[in-house]
Amino acid sequence: MNVAIECQQLTKRFGERIAVNQLTLTVPKGSIYGFLGPNGSGKSTTIRMLCGLMTPTTGSGTVLGYDVMTQSEEIKQRIGYMSQKFSLYEDLTVEENLDFYAGVYQLGAAERKQRKAELIEMAGLTGREKQLAGSLSGGWKQRLALSCALLHKPELLILDEPTAGVDPVSRRIFWDVIHELAKQGITVLVTTHYMDEAQTCDWIGFIFFGNLLAEGTPGELIERMEANNLEDVFIELVRREEARQAAEGGAR
Amino acid sequence: MKRFVWERYWSVVKKEVIQIKRDRPSLAIALVMPLMLLFLFGYAVNTDVSDIKMAVWNQSPSAASRELVEQFVHTEIFQATASVSGYRELEAMLDEGTVDVGLVIGPDYTRKKDRGEPAHIQLLINGSDPNIARTAMSNAQLIVQHQAIALQEKNLQKQGLGELQLPLELDTRVLFNPNMESIVFNIPGLIGLIMQNVTMILTAFSLVREKERGTMEQLVVTPIRPLELMLGKITPYVGVGLFSFCLVLLVGTAWFGVPVKGSIGLLVALSVLFLVTTLLLGIFISTVAKTQLQAMQMAFALILPSVLLSGFMFPRDSMPVVIQWLGGLVPLTYFLEILRGIFLKGVGAEALWKDIVGMGAFSLLILAVAIGRFRKKIE
Repeated sequence: MNVAIECQQLTKRFGERIAVNQLTLTVPKGSIYGFLGPNGSGKSTTIRMLCGLMTPTTGSGTVLGYDVMTQSEEIKQRIGYMSQKFSLYEDLTVEENLDFYAGVYQLGAAERKQRKAELIEMAGLTGREKQLAGSLSGGWKQRLALSCALLHKPELLILDEPTAGVDPVSRRIFWDVIHELAKQGITVLVTTHYMDEAQTCDWIGFIFFGNLLAEGTPGELIERMEANNLEDVFIELVRREEARQAAEGGAR
Repeated sequence: MKRFVWERYWSVVKKEVIQIKRDRPSLAIALVMPLMLLFLFGYAVNTDVSDIKMAVWNQSPSAASRELVEQFVHTEIFQATASVSGYRELEAMLDEGTVDVGLVIGPDYTRKKDRGEPAHIQLLINGSDPNIARTAMSNAQLIVQHQAIALQEKNLQKQGLGELQLPLELDTRVLFNPNMESIVFNIPGLIGLIMQNVTMILTAFSLVREKERGTMEQLVVTPIRPLELMLGKITPYVGVGLFSFCLVLLVGTAWFGVPVKGSIGLLVALSVLFLVTTLLLGIFISTVAKTQLQAMQMAFALILPSVLLSGFMFPRDSMPVVIQWLGGLVPLTYFLEILRGIFLKGVGAEALWKDIVGMGAFSLLILAVAIGRFRKKIE
């Protein structure tokens, strides 16, 4: 199988606290992988390790064939990343933000012009090129951030809660773009709290207290847990894990 | 070490220029603050001692004693502000600080002088500020000596012995600052001090601000190299700093009348090196600080050592060697030598090479440390 991300026993500790515990996961190339889990479960930490923003404490992993421990700069050239919080320059306009990242990714003049036009069109930002990024509303900001992350045609797109706090219409537009990208062969790793979004992913992984609890296609998971929908799967998994941990704690 | 990519560096420069232009208040502060500080401190930092307040207790009022007091006032070192009639009154005034010097002329001054006998006058000096005390004492001694020689001459002439020939005389010539005005010495130093602290703050915020606003997270997932980012960030500020420096230079020479004796071209070229060094120091602060407040505190913590260790206030030659080394960690130390050398002595690069090399080495060192400290990580 052709894999985009593969990691074994990936662990991250912050002092005594274990944020991610021996995580093993595989993301096939060209798929949309939905990464689910309650707040503080270790999703963002996992993503940051895969992007090269954090060094794993132990374990190993490859992203697009490059080692997460030693080759983070090679990884950075080939991935697009969008963080939970809007992290573009609010005091620059839409176009200036795109220009800045186009330069940082060393796009030539012709390519820059073409990519900018394509992405402004794709994100529906036409007519807003001269608007300051800070004055855009939530949905627009997210689409601008996505455009900046796509400028250099990454093979892998990593999105950390891209639709948190975004209105339903913008969410729909956003996911249409994600599906379109997947069709073009780009691998997408995305975290979300919305089960309707998760339902449309090719693969799903549930993470809780830093442990990967279940993995599979949305259909498989619902069947395996004998649940009605993904939301029930999510709640059931969290309930079981809490019960298990409470029992463990009581036995101690 | 990977290749330095000009395109990435240039993107950062363009981005910073736009951000500086949009942040008008900060730009205004960067340009106007040095001017205001120079005006303020140009008048305040003055180590010339003059107009020392003097109380006079003249117990022998006569033309001769008044002439003596006149001699004191005439030098403009002393200023007769009070007339007293007793030690108690004089001491009270010294205690309060209303006067720093008390001149006591005894009741027999005129009589003794007329008879050609040696007369004694007394000077009480407030010694708590040694600088004022030294100036008062040496000037008073000179005045009295001068007066004594004049009297002696008169006496000799009366006896028909003609001119008095002094057996030993000293000829002095003061170079570079012939009138020994402290402003000529202080203004160049002040320009350096102001520029260091204003420009350092400009970049001390730059990386921390990106951390605080969250923009750093997006930046570190790109292939950008720390060196490209840092140089890109300081480049626009070299322009801002240079403009500001030229303004201050103009005011220093035109308003305060401190001429540049050496080459202006060399001065500007070396101030670019100085600006780069202080901006890099700011970037270094930015890699250490976690918040803008911390960066501000660190920048302020550097101000006092810059004033006290760089040779701005006190001559470095009289400091212990260890303290002199510490002074080498302040870019101003090198630049002061350069500024004073070019401003006052009019020397060229051949006389300043040690400081030029020192400052260049320091800037490379601080850049290396900053790059070493900067991690493309968020933890």
